[in-house]
Amino acid sequence: MDNLIWIFISALLINNFTLSYFLGLCPFLGVSSKLETAFRLGLANIFVMLITAVCSYVLNTWVLIYAPYLRLISFIIVIASSVQFVEMALKKLSPDLFRALGIFLPLITTNCAILGLALFSTNKGYGFVEGMVYALGAGGGVTLALVLLAGIREETRVLNIPNLMQGTALNLIIAGILSMAFMGFAGLFST
Amino acid sequence: MSDLADSNKRAEEFLKGLWKENPVFVAVLGMCPALAVTNTAINSLAMGLATTFVLVSSSILVSLLKSVIPKQVRITTYIIIIATFVTVVDFLLAAYTPGVHKELGAFIALIVVNCLILGRQEAFASKNTVGLSILDALGMSAGFTFAMLCIGIPREILGSGSLFDISLFGAGFEPWIVMILPPGGFFMLGFLLLGFNWHAKRSKERALLKQTVETT
Amino acid sequence: MSDEQKNTTIQHTAEKEPSSFKLVFTLGIAGLLSGIILVGTFIYTKPLIQANKKAATQRAIFKVLPDCTTYSTLVLKDSQLALKATDENKKEEADKDELLIYAGFNAEEELIGFAIPGSEPGFQDVIGALFGYDAINKIIIGFEVLESKETPGLGDKIFKDADFQTNFKALAVAPEIIAVKPGMKQNPNEVETITGATISSKAIVRLLNETMDIWEATLDVYIKDNELKVSDKNE
Repeated sequence: MDNLIWIFISALLINNFTLSYFLGLCPFLGVSSKLETAFRLGLANIFVMLITAVCSYVLNTWVLIYAPYLRLISFIIVIASSVQFVEMALKKLSPDLFRALGIFLPLITTNCAILGLALFSTNKGYGFVEGMVYALGAGGGVTLALVLLAGIREETRVLNIPNLMQGTALNLIIAGILSMAFMGFAGLFST
Repeated sequence: MSDLADSNKRAEEFLKGLWKENPVFVAVLGMCPALAVTNTAINSLAMGLATTFVLVSSSILVSLLKSVIPKQVRITTYIIIIATFVTVVDFLLAAYTPGVHKELGAFIALIVVNCLILGRQEAFASKNTVGLSILDALGMSAGFTFAMLCIGIPREILGSGSLFDISLFGAGFEPWIVMILPPGGFFMLGFLLLGFNWHAKRSKERALLKQTVETT
Repeated sequence: MSDEQKNTTIQHTAEKEPSSFKLVFTLGIAGLLSGIILVGTFIYTKPLIQANKKAATQRAIFKVLPDCTTYSTLVLKDSQLALKATDENKKEEADKDELLIYAGFNAEEELIGFAIPGSEPGFQDVIGALFGYDAINKIIIGFEVLESKETPGLGDKIFKDADFQTNFKALAVAPEIIAVKPGMKQNPNEVETITGATISSKAIVRLLNETMDIWEATLDVYIKDNELKVSDKNE
């Protein structure tokens, strides 16, 4: 149990996917200008990450021990098709949920955070439960980062910012400050 | 005359990636590797070269096969091609430079989701001849590697006081450790983009000034 | 393919929806090609990669067990310690339910000690380490960090700081290893922490204690059962 809590906290805060591994930066910098959108994008991320955790566990346990060279290709293709499949199922079964998350799903399926999750959790040799907890933590971490940046960006709209600074440059510097703040979480678990 | 125009076009395809359409600074693509592995100059160079290999090989294959790949499955085919070359580079690095392979870790595999590579297949290699595609791929990779070094070299100098692992300042230098940590990556790219914006704005103003002088 | 033919193919794809068969066929061919390239590279690089891994393991073992010239890989399975089958085709890593350690021998084929891997959450992420353990004198005789993302300049002193490394020249494991402030070491079972990297240092101490808990009894039994010749240099 201790181990699971450590995995969760580590992925959520200490080794945040976006702020310390730089994964999922495209949506982080591109989409996150509205708090509401950012939050929903984050939820979609958690959703896809959970599917990814299942897929990568299955592939890793039953396929890749025989053919390790297929790791990358199979991760990408299996994850993309499972997400598409779940998307279709969702459309049929729960249109509300689909409307909330649906438009983001194709956007994040080939995102580095998703593939990164699959690669990291197999590199670390996580089992099924650990993998799911890791996915939850990582997805939560990405959501947290997205929401924080969107919140700050909503505030910066009322500020007088020089033209040159606006856009990606400003976002990166805000992200840098956030990342610095998240460094403070290191050591959280070791006392 | 047409020869001249031809070679001009070739030079253009190569040079645009370096500066005018630089994948990192102008198009802001492939930022995940640009920030994650640029804590030392060697890692930046290794990542740049690995990306070059993948981009050039995929562009050759895609431009060769462009007429036989049906439009409906082109993206999937590109991804299979790219993932194949990424796996190849992953194995080669692990075999010949295990140290670099350990440093870059999972980020070599993540080249596959670098939007730069898929983007070039879709926007260029699938529409142009093999020769031009190679030039385009080489130019874009050179631009990417250049950008990686632009981020990696200052980060290593400030953050560890060394360059390509050679100590620069001696024992008295107190390294600015935050530069080789994640926040340093964000700051460095942020400030470089700021510089790029400033340069772009100045050259635009200058061109405008020249135009007004000429018309009056 | 002549230009004329090429044109017709292009027109064909542009005008008509290609059949599902053609789509599946193209993907199949792409998969086949990529499979050939991948398997080729894999077969070509596999021996090199394995040799690299083996060299890295060997380097680490020789570092934590001074005077070690040969080693054998032992595996703990179902609480039984046995020699790992050195099947060339089998992969070097442990299976999920297995734990690997290495027994190191000197030039006279006498047992020097065991190289034992362990891991523990540190300041930033999990620290992976290998340490040399002299099972007769019950002391740790060497220590090497294999994997760590500890803060450069502070936490990374656990493997860069020479003073910290001297803690592990002859560190008694009984009753347990204790972390003390720098310059306060009085007993053989104490480790001096690093100023500014207390958390990382304590993580190392925890790592050693927890890993020893797993192995101490097993190793005693193993030495007795196999009647290994033991190096008496240290005694």
